[in-house]
Amino acid sequence: MDPSTDRFWFWLAGACYFAGLVLGTAAVLRRRPHSRGLMNVIVVVGYVLHTYALYLRGVEVRGCPIGNPFEIFQFTAWSATSLYLVVGTTFRISLLGYFTSMLSAALTLLSLAMPAWDATHRVNIFGGNAWIEFHAALALFSYGVFGLLSLTSILFLLRHFSLKNKQLDGTFAFLPSIVDLDQIGYRLLITGVALLATSLLVGASWWVRNPGAVNPFKIAVTVSIWLAYATALGLRLRGRVQGKRLAKVCIALFAAALLSLSVITPRRPATGPASVPSSQP
Amino acid sequence: MSSPDVPPSLFVVGASHQTTPIELREQLALTPEKLAQLHDAASRLAGLRELAVVNTCNRVEFYGVATDAAAVAALEQEFCRLSGFDPATFATIRRMADGSDVIRHLVAVASGLESQMLGENEIFGQVKSAYEGAQQRRSVGPVLNRVFQKAFQGAKHVRTQTAITVGQVSVANVAVELAGTIFGDLSETRVLLLGAGDIGEKTAKAFQSRGAGSLTVASRTLARALELATEFGAVALPFEQVSQRLHEYDILVCSTAAPHAVITHAAVAAALRRRPSHPLFFIDLALPRDVEPEVATLENAFVYNLDDLARIAERNRAAREAEVARARTLVGERAEAIWRQVAPQAGGRLEAR
Repeated sequence: MDPSTDRFWFWLAGACYFAGLVLGTAAVLRRRPHSRGLMNVIVVVGYVLHTYALYLRGVEVRGCPIGNPFEIFQFTAWSATSLYLVVGTTFRISLLGYFTSMLSAALTLLSLAMPAWDATHRVNIFGGNAWIEFHAALALFSYGVFGLLSLTSILFLLRHFSLKNKQLDGTFAFLPSIVDLDQIGYRLLITGVALLATSLLVGASWWVRNPGAVNPFKIAVTVSIWLAYATALGLRLRGRVQGKRLAKVCIALFAAALLSLSVITPRRPATGPASVPSSQP
Repeated sequence: MSSPDVPPSLFVVGASHQTTPIELREQLALTPEKLAQLHDAASRLAGLRELAVVNTCNRVEFYGVATDAAAVAALEQEFCRLSGFDPATFATIRRMADGSDVIRHLVAVASGLESQMLGENEIFGQVKSAYEGAQQRRSVGPVLNRVFQKAFQGAKHVRTQTAITVGQVSVANVAVELAGTIFGDLSETRVLLLGAGDIGEKTAKAFQSRGAGSLTVASRTLARALELATEFGAVALPFEQVSQRLHEYDILVCSTAAPHAVITHAAVAAALRRRPSHPLFFIDLALPRDVEPEVATLENAFVYNLDDLARIAERNRAAREAEVARARTLVGERAEAIWRQVAPQAGGRLEAR
C-alpha cells in the first residue's frame, strides 16, 4: 500500500471503524459497557483519516469526491460519522458509537473491497459549477443523516423490545432511554428532510435552466425519496405514525435510499468532462 | 508499657449488622454529641495515636493506630460507657483485626462488599464523612491518612471494575431506574401516586429524591390524598378524575387496596391518543392489580407489576453476588499494596503483645 494514494488512507479509516466495531462487539458479548472514551477516540481518529482521504480524492478529481459508487459510499459513511460526533457526544449515547462504527466500517470496507466501483475517477464532474457540487454534496450528506436515523431507529426498536419484554440487563442496559431515542430520531428526521429539500432546491434551480442535462428518472427517484421522508415527518408531526412504526419506516426508507444511490450517482454524458481510469490499487 | 522496638499497630475494632441483631444495633450507633465525647476521651488515652470512627446505622467501627493493646481495650470501655452498652455483650459481638486485615476490611466496607445491601453506594460517602470528621478533629495522622485515602481509591477501583454496584436491588429504586430507561431525565416527568400503600409511598419518595418534576397524589378518600400530598409537598387529585386526566402524567405509581383494576385499557388508550409520542409508565404495586393486564398490549404503555420489579431486583442482586469473589480478589490486591506502604509505620501486631 502506498501512503501517497488516497485508498491507503481510506483503508486506515476503515480499519479504525472496524476496530470500533470489534470493541463494541466484544463489550456486547461480555455484557459489559465498552469504554466510551476509547470508542470516541477510535471514531475520531477514523474520521480524521477519512477526512484526509476524501481531501486527497477531492484534490485529484477537482471537486467533491462523489463521482462513483465507491466515493458515494465513502462520503455517506463520512457524513454519518460527522453527525455522530455531534449527536453522540450531545446525547451521551453509548451504543450509538458502536452502531456508527458498524455502519461506517461496512460502507467503507465494502466499497474498498469492490474495485469495480472505483475503476474510474471522473474528474471535475460538476464542470466547475459550485452550486451543483453543493447540491450533490448536500444530498449525500442528508443520506448520512438518514443513515444515522436508521441506526437510532434500530436502537429504538431494541429499547422498545427490552421494555415490553422486561429484559433490561446485559446489552439492553446500555441502551439510551426510549424518549431520548424518539427525540433524537425526530430531530434527525427533520434535519435530513431539510438538508435534502435544500439540496433539491439548489439542484432544481440549475435544472430549470438546463432541463435536458439531468436524467428525469434520477429526479423522480430523488424526489420520491425526499417525499417519502417528508411524508413520514408530516405523519410524525400529526401523531399518525410514531414509535415503532416510524422506526420501521425509517429503516426501510434508508434501505431504499441506499439502493437509489446507483440511480442518482452523478453521471456526465459524453459531453461532460473526461473520466480517468483509476491508477491506484 | 509497649516495647520501644515494636512498631505501633494498625487496628480495627467494632460491630456491624453481620454480628449484631437489630435490637442491639439500635443501641450501637453514636449520636454526634456522644461521638464528640468519645473523640475527646480517646485523645487522652495513652498509647492511642490515631483514630477514625465509622458510625452508621449498621456499623460502629474504630480504626486506629495504637502502641498498646491496653489502649484499644480502654477505647472499647469508653465506647461502652458513653453508649450505655453492656461491655460483656459488646465483647460477644465485636470483631477485631490488625495489620493488613484492617485495610482489607476498610476497602471492602467502602466498596459496599460488607454492606447489608451488597454494593450499595451510601457507605462510600459514610466512610468518607467519617474520615473527614476525624481530619477535622485532627485525630488521624500519617498512617490513617494514607490508609483511608488509598482505601478510597481501592474502593473506587473495585466498584468500577466489577458489577457489584450495577442495577438496583430494592423495588422502589428498580422502579425509578426503569423510569430512567423510558424517560431519561426525570426532572420533567409528572408522577401520579395512586393509592396510599406503604410501598407506593416509598416508591413516590424514591422518585422525589431522584428529582422527578412533580408529584400528584390521588386516593379513594380525598382526605387521605390531601394528607399524603401535604406530607410529600405534592398536589392532591380527586380519585374520580384520574381516568380523565391520565394523559397529564408520565408515571403512575399504583398501590390502591381496590378489589378490582382501577386503570382500564380504554382509559389508557384514550390517554395515549392525546399524547401519541409520549409513553406512559405504570408501576403497579397493588394486589390485586390496579392496572388491567390488557393495558400492556398498548404500544406506548409500559406496565410493570410487583412481581416484575421484584424479579428485576432479584436478578440484580444475583448479578452482584456473582461478582463478590472477583471483588474480594481486587480488595485483597489493593489492601496488600497499601499495607506495604504503611507497614513500616504501623506493622506491629497487637495480638502478639
